[in-house]
Amino acid sequence: MNRQISRVAGLAMGLLIALIVATTYWQTWARPALAERQDNAIQRVAQFEIKRGPILSPSRVLARNKERRVGDRTFYLRRYPQGPLTAHVVGYSTVARARTGLERSLNSILTGSERSLSSLVDRSLDKLNGRPIVGDTVVTTLDMNGQRAALEALGTRCGAVVVLDPRTGRVRVMVSSPSYNPNDVEENFGRIGKIRADCTPASPLLNRASQGLYPPGSTFKVVTASAALDSRTFTTESTFYDPGYCTVYGKRVNNFDTSRPFGTVTLATALQFSVNSVFCNIGLKLGAKAIVKQAKAFGFYERPPLETPESERLPSGLYMDGELYDPRRDRDVDPGRMAFGQERLLVTPLQMAMVAGSIGNDGILMRPFVVEKTVTPNGKTRTRTQPTKIRRAVSPATARDVGDMMVRAVQAGTGGAAQVSGLRVGGKTGTAETGIDGSNTTWFIAFAGADGEKPRYAIAVVLQNQSLTGGATAAPIARQVLQALLTSTAKN
Amino acid sequence: MSARNKELLNLGFAALVASAAFASVSIVGTGLVTTRWLGYVGVVFGLYLAAHVVARFTVPYADPTLLPLVGLLTALGLTVIYRLDPEDARRQAVWVALGIGILAATLFWLRFDYRVLERYKYIFGISAVVLLLLPSVPGLGHQVNGVKLWIKVGPMQFQPGELAKIFMIIFLAGYLRDKREALAQGRLKDLGPLLLIWGASMLVLVQTSDLGSALLNFGIFLAMVYAATGRLIYVGAGLGLFLAGSAVLYNSLGRVQQRVTVWLHPWTDERVYCSISGKLDFRQNCDSYQLVKSLYSIANGGYGGTGLGKGTFTTVDGTQLIPYLNTDFIYSAIAQEVGLIGSAAVLLLVMVFVARGMRIALIAQDGFSKLLATGLTFGLALQTFIIVGGVLRVVPLTGITLPFVSYGGSSILSNFVMLALLLLVSNRATATAVTR
Repeated sequence: MNRQISRVAGLAMGLLIALIVATTYWQTWARPALAERQDNAIQRVAQFEIKRGPILSPSRVLARNKERRVGDRTFYLRRYPQGPLTAHVVGYSTVARARTGLERSLNSILTGSERSLSSLVDRSLDKLNGRPIVGDTVVTTLDMNGQRAALEALGTRCGAVVVLDPRTGRVRVMVSSPSYNPNDVEENFGRIGKIRADCTPASPLLNRASQGLYPPGSTFKVVTASAALDSRTFTTESTFYDPGYCTVYGKRVNNFDTSRPFGTVTLATALQFSVNSVFCNIGLKLGAKAIVKQAKAFGFYERPPLETPESERLPSGLYMDGELYDPRRDRDVDPGRMAFGQERLLVTPLQMAMVAGSIGNDGILMRPFVVEKTVTPNGKTRTRTQPTKIRRAVSPATARDVGDMMVRAVQAGTGGAAQVSGLRVGGKTGTAETGIDGSNTTWFIAFAGADGEKPRYAIAVVLQNQSLTGGATAAPIARQVLQALLTSTAKN
Repeated sequence: MSARNKELLNLGFAALVASAAFASVSIVGTGLVTTRWLGYVGVVFGLYLAAHVVARFTVPYADPTLLPLVGLLTALGLTVIYRLDPEDARRQAVWVALGIGILAATLFWLRFDYRVLERYKYIFGISAVVLLLLPSVPGLGHQVNGVKLWIKVGPMQFQPGELAKIFMIIFLAGYLRDKREALAQGRLKDLGPLLLIWGASMLVLVQTSDLGSALLNFGIFLAMVYAATGRLIYVGAGLGLFLAGSAVLYNSLGRVQQRVTVWLHPWTDERVYCSISGKLDFRQNCDSYQLVKSLYSIANGGYGGTGLGKGTFTTVDGTQLIPYLNTDFIYSAIAQEVGLIGSAAVLLLVMVFVARGMRIALIAQDGFSKLLATGLTFGLALQTFIIVGGVLRVVPLTGITLPFVSYGGSSILSNFVMLALLLLVSNRATATAVTR
């Protein structure tokens, strides 16, 4: 019988060895993938035993820890003293609903678990000493005056405001409306569901500034004008005849106001007064691919680089059936309509701020960033973001010419409501009709700076469901935000 | 060194390891370095010392590693249970004390010749079936989690299935010893009483949907039949029956289908029907949430674990993340806190126990003793495999206890009976070898 018993014993040992192998599998190979899963409640809770680093603006605390003792353990829960002001950029870190915003994308920095040797040493020492692990502090570039002014100016309207420093790429303002209070996410999520605004669904959690896609309307004429001038086919003084409409494929495409054709106009005047037919003809002449090429130079067709999570940043461009669409031939898209911002073009406010910024910055597109620096728990700077150039979007001459035309549009054109005393503002309005009365998407994009200096602000404002034009609705918001930014600069 | 002195030394070593574990939990829990763990270790190992003294008198030649191994496993279980809920640990300590009492009683009662059990094999077989039927008796049965596996007498709850398993092993050992020659020659009519008693117990288990125990008893049966006859055809036929039975169960019991689905696809990318809420949801949030949470717990341990007492088992407001953590899922708690190194060590302890148990079966003189030791030892290994394998998604999850480690009185008591029987077999085997 002993031979059989030996075999049974072998089987028993084999079963137990299989268990050791399986344990090894879950605790080593499968571990990283499991830790990444959003429904991993263990990881989510374990993260809260780490003393998360705070998130700051240069002047305020945007996210800090609140200790809670449960039985024998201490959890570090998040509080957001600024409430809705910075909700979309900072995001939230909760037990119940995981993380968004910088809280998500910078999680490894905030929890001190990123794989740099110095933080690894700090962390291991803390673990050995039984102290909670302390994460790094993140300092953002946000200007709280600007944030507040933007959110107040948007009010109950749905939309977003983005302000960049075109010289460096620093994000000074990034606001989406309606906003929400990130302190409600953990325990009063129902309150966020009840948020109402002038659009349905109100989607308060959506960061419209980088996640919202809107037809750019006439603001896209800045891109078309850049392509036109850079191609050297046109100059600012090229003249066009405007009958009040333009003919594309035998169909009439009307100006915004057909009752008042402009007759013979220059390109400069056309941009100043946003004459559709002129840009329509430019588009037909340049072809779709040339315009798309110029748009790509401004950053279209790629996710705008920023420290927020990838899923919270969408690329701008032509969209077809919800997918980004890059035309291979000129006749795949209607260049006439595209030239003045129709034809399935969808853009984010962040992208349009980058366009305005490139024009203001002599044609150079800077990489936008919202994290100024990260600081160790001991107060030492661990990393500091260096401004980097993405590429030259247009030639300096083109940038100057387009910029001058945009300045005229504000001084004596559609963007008059954005004038700010003491600032040289160059802007472009946009009004994209959605086909439903009273639900236009309105825009204003601009650069602004002291006379004779390089512009220090590039702004994009978008509003949903408006019955008036971009000049009447979005431009005043830009003015209020710029004024708020001026006062905070004056204080500094 | 005599066997009992070795045992004493091993017990001392086990006490040392257990002290370190409990001190760790205690320090993390209170944040203070206290000597409270001394009292705890004193009580537990005082009990084992008493068991050791009983063993000195009743089974002087028995294997010196079994008792210390069990001591270490129960102490580790107690530590983890204490860490999860000190109240449960107190109750569990009482059960361990009672278990050691039963161990001592069994050793004392059968100290001359345990082989008298063989004479009552049919009584054991029938008792096993009766024990299994008890929970279905109105007024006596008690339902927990929708499954009737418990009997309630006054304040005491008892799961008779655990004891029935040991009775069944005694019956099988006695019966197979008798008929193994006939069976080996393929005389199937001798299978009659065997299939009757064993089949009845399987029917009861399946009917009460205690599928873990059914699987366990089935495995033990096949292993013992194989050990007795050496005929793989019986194992093949058994496995064939098993597959056929599984297919029938899969098609007739929604519960079985659900278990298998959860096992094969615990995560879904789309919302599927959720049998708990009746709505559509991701499976990881619904039917398979226990398994998935337990896997997260294990994975969180990594190589070295979070440290005893520092694992994450509750949400920030104190709600349990993993249900049945101190019974069915105790292995996921251990794996998180002591990591791969520690949980592999626990499994190695079980392996050493199994190796010693099988060695006892090998050196035992008579067929009854051999089969008894084989059945008991293989049962322990298979039970560990079914529950830990279920937790690790090696096999579909069925709720049974991890021997000596999980919280639960009936399990602890019957496992101590098993230990007593192994010690008795071992004592006799070694004693005969010595005197010869």
